Amino acid sequence: MNVGLEHYLVVSALLFALGLLGVITRRNLIVIYMSLELMLNSANLALVSFSRFNDNLNGQVMVFFIITVAAAEVAVGLALIVALYRKRQSAHVEDLTSMKY
Amino acid sequence: MGLPDILFYVLAAMTLLCGVLVVANPFSRNPVTSAMFLVLTIISMAGLFVLLNAFFLAAVQVLVYAGAVMVLFLFVIMLLDLKEEERRKVKKLGLIAGLVSVGAIVAIFVRSLLATMPGKDLPAPTRVGDTATLGKMLFTNYLLPFEIVSILLLVAMVGVILLSKKDLK
Repeated sequence: MNVGLEHYLVVSALLFALGLLGVITRRNLIVIYMSLELMLNSANLALVSFSRFNDNLNGQVMVFFIITVAAAEVAVGLALIVALYRKRQSAHVEDLTSMKY
Repeated sequence: MGLPDILFYVLAAMTLLCGVLVVANPFSRNPVTSAMFLVLTIISMAGLFVLLNAFFLAAVQVLVYAGAVMVLFLFVIMLLDLKEEERRKVKKLGLIAGLVSVGAIVAIFVRSLLATMPGKDLPAPTRVGDTATLGKMLFTNYLLPFEIVSILLLVAMVGVILLSKKDLK
C-alpha cells in the first residue's frame, strides 16, 4: 500500500497523543513545555501533509507562522519558569499551589 | 514499495520512538535526556517534511527548533540545575487519568480517520513545494500576517527582557 495522506495523519495523531500524555502525567514544568512543543509539531506535520496532498501551499505558510509563534511562546514561557524558580526554588507543578487554596 | 515509502516508515518510527522517549523514558528522568530526544524527534520530523516536498520548512524546522529553541531549553535546564527533581514518583491516579483521556482522543482520531479516509479521492500530488513560490505567497497574500508576526516577536522579546530583570516592578 502506497504511503498516502492517512499515514501521515496517523503519525501526527499519535505524536499529538504522546504530547498530551506528557502534559497530563509529567510534573516537571520544563518537560511539560517540551511535550507542548511535541503537540505543536504534530499539528505542523498534519498541516504540511494536507498541503502536500491537496496541492496547496497555504498549509505550509501556516506552518511557517506556527513555528514563529512557537519560538516566541517558548521564549516567554521559559522566562516565566526562570522567574518562578527564582521566587520558589522549584520548577515542579505540585509546588505551585498559591492559587489553589 | 519504493524508496520514499521505506523512508517514510523509517522516519515515522524514529519520530514516534523518540517522542515516547521524550515523554516517558524508562532509563532516565533527567530533563536533559528528554531535551536530547526532542532534538532527535524534530530532526526526523524535518526528514518527513522533506518527503512531503516542504524543503524550506524542513530547513526552518532544524534551524529554529533543533537550533534556537532547544538551545534555550538546555540553557534553562542547566541554569535551574534540576537534578533533585528526578527522585519524585509519578502519581498512579494522574497516570491512569492521563492514559484514559489520551486513549479516548486517539480512538476519536482513528475512528474519524477511518470513517472519512480524507486522502482517498485526491488526485496524485503534482506541485513541488518550491521555496520561491512559498516566498512569493509570504510577501503577497500573507504580507499583513507576516508583519504582525514580526511585531509579535518584538513584543515577546520585550516581555522576556522585562521578565528576566532582577527585581520585577
